[in-house]
Amino acid sequence: MSNLKIEDLHVSVNTENGPKPILNGINLEINSNETHAIMGPNGSGKSTLAYSLSGHPKYEVTSGSVTLDGEDVLEMSVDERAKAGLFLAMQYPVEVPGVTVTNFLRSAKTAIDGEAPKLRHWTKDLKSAMESLRVDPEFANRNVNEGFSGGEKKRHEILQLEMLKPKFAVLDETDSGLDVDALRIVSEGVNRVKESTDVGVLLITHYTRILQYIKPDHVHVIIKGRVAEEGGPELADRLEAEGYDRFFAPTA
Amino acid sequence: MTDTTNPLGVDEHSHGAGVQVPDSKRDARTRSFATADFPVPTGREEEWRFSPVRKLSEFFTDAGTEADLQVTNELPEGISVEEISLDAAQELGILEPEDRAAAVAANRAKTVTHYSVPANTELEQAAIIHADGTGDEITHGHVVVSVGANAKATIVVEHEGPARYSELVSLVIGDGADVTFVSLQLWDDESQHLGQHDAIVGKDAKLKHIVISLGGDIVRLNTNVRYSAAGGEAELLGLYFADAGQHFEHRTYIDHNTPKAKSNVHYKGALQGKDARSVWIGDVLIRPEALDIDTYELNRNLILTDGARADSVPNLEIETGDIAGAGHASSTGRFDEEHLFYLMSRGIPEDVARQLVVRGFFNEVIQKIQVPEIEEVLNERIEDELSRSVL
Repeated sequence: MSNLKIEDLHVSVNTENGPKPILNGINLEINSNETHAIMGPNGSGKSTLAYSLSGHPKYEVTSGSVTLDGEDVLEMSVDERAKAGLFLAMQYPVEVPGVTVTNFLRSAKTAIDGEAPKLRHWTKDLKSAMESLRVDPEFANRNVNEGFSGGEKKRHEILQLEMLKPKFAVLDETDSGLDVDALRIVSEGVNRVKESTDVGVLLITHYTRILQYIKPDHVHVIIKGRVAEEGGPELADRLEAEGYDRFFAPTA
Repeated sequence: MTDTTNPLGVDEHSHGAGVQVPDSKRDARTRSFATADFPVPTGREEEWRFSPVRKLSEFFTDAGTEADLQVTNELPEGISVEEISLDAAQELGILEPEDRAAAVAANRAKTVTHYSVPANTELEQAAIIHADGTGDEITHGHVVVSVGANAKATIVVEHEGPARYSELVSLVIGDGADVTFVSLQLWDDESQHLGQHDAIVGKDAKLKHIVISLGGDIVRLNTNVRYSAAGGEAELLGLYFADAGQHFEHRTYIDHNTPKAKSNVHYKGALQGKDARSVWIGDVLIRPEALDIDTYELNRNLILTDGARADSVPNLEIETGDIAGAGHASSTGRFDEEHLFYLMSRGIPEDVARQLVVRGFFNEVIQKIQVPEIEEVLNERIEDELSRSVL
């Protein structure tokens, strides 16, 4: 059983006009086998939370703590966080010219496991994961994200999730830009990982659509960099019906 | 990263951002076998303004020396080698020197080494020419490669050791022939190398000219292509990795003087360390008679550390609009932090991630080389560069 704990997290983003505070004290705790949905309107700080957990250099943690099984995540470099078991499926994965998907995945697996994967199992696992995600076998020989469609990029992120088997996966708006079929395929991929491992999932989304496929145990609503409300799956249904307006209603 | 990719409209003769229209026509430059026709460069000339001319003065001295490269040939069946005179070389139809160093090399080389492949002959393996430097005395060389009609040949010249070498390389490619020529610069750190490589490409013939510069103090290679008839294709590939203090300069000139020809220039380089320097000048001249030609040139530079500098200048002169295409791309940039973040977020340590990105950057050129005989040495040398890197 693993535990990821975020306490009073304050994060600023570095802009041309200096640091701008985005997260103003986030508290969140997630255990293995749990799925938490992080919801909120655009600009509320959802993606900032995702990037600061992985250690993107653009985001600066000004106070608070993040621990994974008691270990200080904020002290770790980006690669150390991945080795510790954190995975971020990105909203906008970048192209890496000249680096093939196969080479990339094997380098990542080798780095995370501390040894090269056994070739036979690796090839078999990769092939089966690719089949399940309905990606062309030729995909493996293409350069990472180069010329991928939006849907292919998201499938590639989930392919990595399947191959790398992290303790906690942060899915940053994995549903954005996907049509119904792609959304279903990607969601099935996440559910396969949930069934076969103890992964805890932080599912960041603006919409409730993906929650019909990936059922959350807990829902957290982030408004202006703070957790404004928390609840069970019923909270997502309420957001579906009412939107985020009530969080912005003038207070008496 | 600044990218000035900008395919030029065929109907519209405007030049996109980043293309320079040269002050004087490229064709107006002196071409001659007479050394006296070229004054000693001062460094202010268009063709020398990026070069460390003061360190090169002995290359402009019109005097022969005793020095020679130590040459070992590994020749497959079908290619022969002989020594000929400059007059005999000129009778083969070689192009003229375009600067003083090349003129001196042509006139002061003790002999012309002529490699020839008869018509309709296909070499089963690459011809490998090992050329080892023997010291710091100026060495002049003139190599002629003639490939007959419909023949197919790959010739690799591997330069190693200590040298100050000035050369003229002349390729004469027959109609329908298919020629790959590779020049590997794996010199010792203190070596200097000036060269002019010319190719005259026959009707429907194919040339792949590959320059790989990894070792040496100064390497400055000019590659010039002209066509003897319609339908020729020239692909010019370049790869370089400049470390601290190294000056690698590559100039390419495609003279589109016939119809229906193609040219594609693709040079990529990485730079690291204090005063690592690269220069790429890509000249393309599309003459009025060059109807229906297609040309593209690209240069990308990856600057890995502070203190390195890359100059990249595409020049296009278009004298007819009736062409299939003319485009160019040039960019010089630093490591993309987003690439690194992406790789590291998957657990890949920073140094490995950087090596993956640099290897990936070169892969685009390496994949096009397709000369199995040099794959191993090339991979080895690039790994060596990466392992010595200050990444």
